[in-house]
Formats: sequence, C-alpha cells, structure tokens
Amino acid sequence: MASVVLGLVLGAVLIAVQGHSVSSAYSALVLGGAGDADALLRTLQKATPLVFGGLAVAFAFKAGLFNIGGQGQLLVGAAFAAGVGFGLEGLPLVVHLPLALLVGAAAGAAWGAIAGVLKATSGAHEVIVTIMLNFVAGNLTDWLAANPWQDRSGSNIIARTPLVQPSAEIPTWGWLPAGFVLAVIAAFACWFILERTTYGFEVRSVGANRHAARYAGISVGWIMASTMAVAGLLAGLGGAIESLGVDGRFEAGVNVGLGFEGITIALLARTNPIAVIPAGLLVGLMEAGAAKMQFESGVAPEIIDVIQALILLFVAAPLIVRWLLRLRDRPDAPDRRLTLGAGWGR
Amino acid sequence: MTVTHDGGTHDAGAGSAASAASGNAGVRGWSPQRMWSVAGAVVLVACVWGFYAWDGAQTTAVLGGTVRAATLLVLGAMCGMIGERSGIVNIGIEGQFLMSAFTAFTVASMSGSLFLGVVAGVSTGLAMGWMLAAMSVGLRTDQIIAGTVLNIAALGLTSFFYDRGRSLGQPKYQSIELGPLADLPVVGTALFNRPPLTYLALVLVVVLHVLLLRSVWGMRTTAIGEHPGAAATVGIDVIRLRYWNVTLAGGLAGLGGAYLALESVGTFTRAMSGGRGFLALAVMIFGRRTPLGAYAAALFFGFTTALQGQFQLNDTFDIPAQFVGMLPFVVTIIVVAAAGLFGRMRDPAALGQPYEVR
Repeated sequence: MASVVLGLVLGAVLIAVQGHSVSSAYSALVLGGAGDADALLRTLQKATPLVFGGLAVAFAFKAGLFNIGGQGQLLVGAAFAAGVGFGLEGLPLVVHLPLALLVGAAAGAAWGAIAGVLKATSGAHEVIVTIMLNFVAGNLTDWLAANPWQDRSGSNIIARTPLVQPSAEIPTWGWLPAGFVLAVIAAFACWFILERTTYGFEVRSVGANRHAARYAGISVGWIMASTMAVAGLLAGLGGAIESLGVDGRFEAGVNVGLGFEGITIALLARTNPIAVIPAGLLVGLMEAGAAKMQFESGVAPEIIDVIQALILLFVAAPLIVRWLLRLRDRPDAPDRRLTLGAGWGR
Repeated sequence: MTVTHDGGTHDAGAGSAASAASGNAGVRGWSPQRMWSVAGAVVLVACVWGFYAWDGAQTTAVLGGTVRAATLLVLGAMCGMIGERSGIVNIGIEGQFLMSAFTAFTVASMSGSLFLGVVAGVSTGLAMGWMLAAMSVGLRTDQIIAGTVLNIAALGLTSFFYDRGRSLGQPKYQSIELGPLADLPVVGTALFNRPPLTYLALVLVVVLHVLLLRSVWGMRTTAIGEHPGAAATVGIDVIRLRYWNVTLAGGLAGLGGAYLALESVGTFTRAMSGGRGFLALAVMIFGRRTPLGAYAAALFFGFTTALQGQFQLNDTFDIPAQFVGMLPFVVTIIVVAAAGLFGRMRDPAALGQPYEVR
C-alpha cells in the first residue's frame, strides 16, 4: 500500500512540475475509471488482460522462473483465438466460444512451454528466451494478420483479421464483462493449485530450492517446463479474451505492451494470485481513466507508465520506502524482500 | 602489479569460462574451442570474400550494416559483462540505452552540439548504472527485478517527456575516412570509413579487453564475482568495487544510447532501443564475457540484422519481411540454448547473489 501511495505522490509532483492541476488530474482519472457504468466497464475490460498477465508472471515466479514472455504468449493467444473466432462458421455458441478460448490458451501454453523446455533441457535462461520469443511472436502475429488471415472486405489495408463470428463473442452483462469473471476464476484456480495440490507444492519447492527439490524426488525439469506452459496458458487466455471480448478481432500492433504490465501487477501483488485481482483493478482503473485525465487536465497519459514504474521500484526495494517514511527497523520484522531464488545461469 | 600470467595458452587464466571448462585440454597447443573458432573465422572470411567478388556493392552495404548494428550491441554487452564479472546481473541495459538515447538526443537538439549530447548520454548511463548499483548492491533487491524496474521506468519516462515535434536540428555524426585504410577492399568502407563513436567503441573494446583480463582491476572484478567472501578476506572492498563497476559500466550503455540517437539513427523515437539491450545480453553470453569475444558475437548478430535490412530492400528472395525480422531473435534463442547444451558455459559463481558484510 505504501508503495502505491508513494508512487501516486511522486506522480503528482511530476504533474505539478509540468504545470497542471494535480487535484483535477487525479479526480478525472478516478471519474474516468469508475465514475459511471461505462467507466467501470472500461476499467474491468482493461483489468482483465492485466490480471491474466499478472498471473502468468506470478505463477512462474513460484517456481523461481521469471516470465517476461507474457507479451508474446498474449499475442499468439489473441491471434489464434481470433483465427478460430472468425474462421469457423455455423457452430453454436456453446461450442464455438469455448473452442476459440481453448485454442488461444493452447497457443499461449505452447509459446510458454518453448522457454520452459529449453530451460529444463539446456539451461537456456528463460529471461532471454522469453524476451526473444516476444519479438518472434510479434513478427509471427503481424504476418498472420497481414497475410493469410487479413480482412479482405472492402478496401481494408490494415493488418487485422475480420470480426469474429457472433457465436465466438464473449458476452458483456451491463458493466460486467464475462472475461473479467474468467480472470477472477483463474486467479482463484491458481491459488488453489499452488496452495492446495501436490503439483503446487512441487512448484513451490522448486522455486524455494531446486537442488533440495531434486533430492526430494521432484522432477525439476518437468516442473519448470509445465510451469512455463501454465504461465503461457494464462497469458494466452488473456489475449484470447482481448480478441473475442473487447476488440472483436486481432489487429497487429494493438496489444503491444499489455504483456509487460503483468510484471508490474505480479510484483505489486507480491506474486500472490488472489492479490493479483486488486492490483490489476488498480492499474486497469488508471489506464481507463487516463484518457479522461488527458482530456480534462491536459496531462499526458504516459504519466501512468511513470507511476507504475515508481510503484514497482518501491515494491522491489522496500528499504527505500522504509527510509522515505522513516520507519524504524523492527528486529523481528520478517524479510519481505522478493527474490527469484536461483540466480542467472541455471 | 603482481598479476602473473601463465603464458598465453588460453586467454588469461582466472575468469575465462573457456579455460575453466576445458581444463588442461590444450596445454601446449590450441584448445579445441580455439581451433573451431579460428576455422569458423577462416570459412567466414572466405565466404565474405566470395560474395564481395560476386556483388561488391551489396556486400559492402551488408558489411557496413553489420558494423553499425554491432557497435550498439558490443557497447551493451561490455556494460553487461563488467556487471556480471563483478556478480551483478544487468538486465536493465535496454532501459539504459533508451534513457540515454533520449537525453543525448534532447540535449544535442537543445544545445546544438552533438558532443554535449554524447556527454549527456554517457552521464545518463552512469546515473542509471548507479541506480542499478544502489538497488542491487546497496539495497540488495533481486537483481533481475532491479533491472526490470530500470526498463519500465525508462520506457515510461521517455514516453512521458517525448516531444514529437523536436528534431535534431543538425546532421547526425558523419563518417570520417581513415586515410588509405578506407580504400582497402572489402573491409575498407565497413571498418575505416565510419562515424566517430564507432571508432571510440572499437578502441574501448580493445582497452577493456586488456583491462579486464590483464589488470589488477580486472582480476579483482573477477574475484568479487567468483567468490566475494574470499575477495573480502584479501582486503578488497566488495560493496565499493561492485558499486563502481556497475556505475561505470552504465556509462558504456550510455555511450550506446548516444550512439543510437546521434550516430546510427539521428533522431529519437519511442522505444527505439527495440530489444537490442536484451540482444546485447545474448551477445555477452555468446562472447564468453570478454570484450573481443563479444565483438565477434556482435558482428555475427549485426550480420543477421544487416541481412534482414538488405532482404527488405531488394526482393531477391521471396520471404515475408516478418520472417526475416524474426531472424536475429530466433538465432539468439538457438545460440543461448546451444551454449547451454554444448558450450560448457560457466557463469561467475556469485552471479546474482547479493553480498552482505558480516
């Protein structure tokens, strides 16, 4: 909490330095994100991929893996779900929509698994591999949207797919998008898997100490590969919902950056799956309200990115917060530093 | 100066991954790794020569593009390797590039002096390096998270302060011909008719190679990355040296950012570093954390980038641009995976672990 407040305070300083009114900027931000039903719908729609992206990072974190590949996993999920969404005709909703979601999730899982399998077999660091896979996914989905799956109707020259069939659209109930409900379910499912199943215990063991886990008879390679697949599945599902529920199609370059925000969300939530929900809502609200803030007070919406970075900094380095707030060190305070356990190499 | 050296069979003892892994494989002769590298280099030179004879203009263009891309990569890789040799992972090179490209461009545009722009870029790199050191050495934050903070902060800040209307207001750094050297066939234009920062980077590669592998500072740096506890017992101030190294290394990335904005491109655009800070990490690993090795690796990666540009310019091959665009990244994945499978790479032993004075 202190990190969020400090981030907002420093953001306010930046806004004031630029010569804008802080109070009108922040009130427009909140009103734009939660002022009425439309605003709330926007916030929940923005929060959905953030929650999925946050889960994709948080889940991998539990196994000591840093998944920076949410971006690429989200992109392939979004593209392939849209492909199934517009490509298949005449299916009933109960078949078509789950199928499209499933294909998007599977594409994300496969993308995540590449990094996991390489890590398990050759020790290739997942940070480098997932970042590279982001670029590969960006190029691959651009090509899909510009060539085989391009919308050829009318005079369209934009690299985007046709609109998905009505039978593959995710419904919205008033201000509540069904995709957000899925995100909440996914968060609780992650918590259950991690905290209440044998598999989750093995994942956490590998994250805590992979050598000890190996001695305990846990197949570390399998856990690393499957954890990255689950992480990719979550991000891919977020991308699929973005295509089927928000944009109605896949368009090249539209979802850029969404996957990276998952890192902020996961760290903000201290990698706790349930806490990912409020973290996603907070950032979703800021993003939904940014347009209104720019309209009413002239503050560039990129201030949101700056505030996010500041919050992340304070979450990552709790010592800065303690120093800034002049908190006294309690000798019995638990060490709440976030660590990824294993180092760089293997 | 009490550095001893065992006489040149493998490059400079202590920290070299190659010598650590190959052990005594080639005590008096060449190690298999070195033989393969030399064989590869000979084949490569032969190929380049052949292509040059076949189509001189295009080969020159590709070689020029190779050196241009390699300069940025090797600067980032050197920044990364100084950190890693001292035990600090720097995944924030991307952010250091971006932030210093931004300040270099802005200062050069406002002051009308490219040199002041370079100074601003290097200073920004130093400041970002210090921030990374403060987080990962001082506050003992997880190093990968600390680097990610730098990346996200750089993207946010440069987007926030980005001024679409601003232009450099003067030509970017122009090429300087190095006398008769520039008239050499094949490499003349590519290596000896370049703008000033490229020459500076080349000099830095050689100087840093000698410093890292031959100087007291280089040995101490290796020591605090391998076994900080042992280094401390012989009187090295681990925390202090790590602070200095990570901060100064940031200056190299800052030079890279200035190079990107003022020499390679000549303007600033949002997220213009485009993942090359991460590619630099792969270059560093591929180059076995030595500057000369990294430059060879950077040339290889630069070659794939230049090839991509050349493919897009002429339609010799009917490959979609997106697939050519994947090339450097796919190559990186393969290289990193292969390095793990076959390369017998070994990281500095204390890499990624915060050091606490007890």
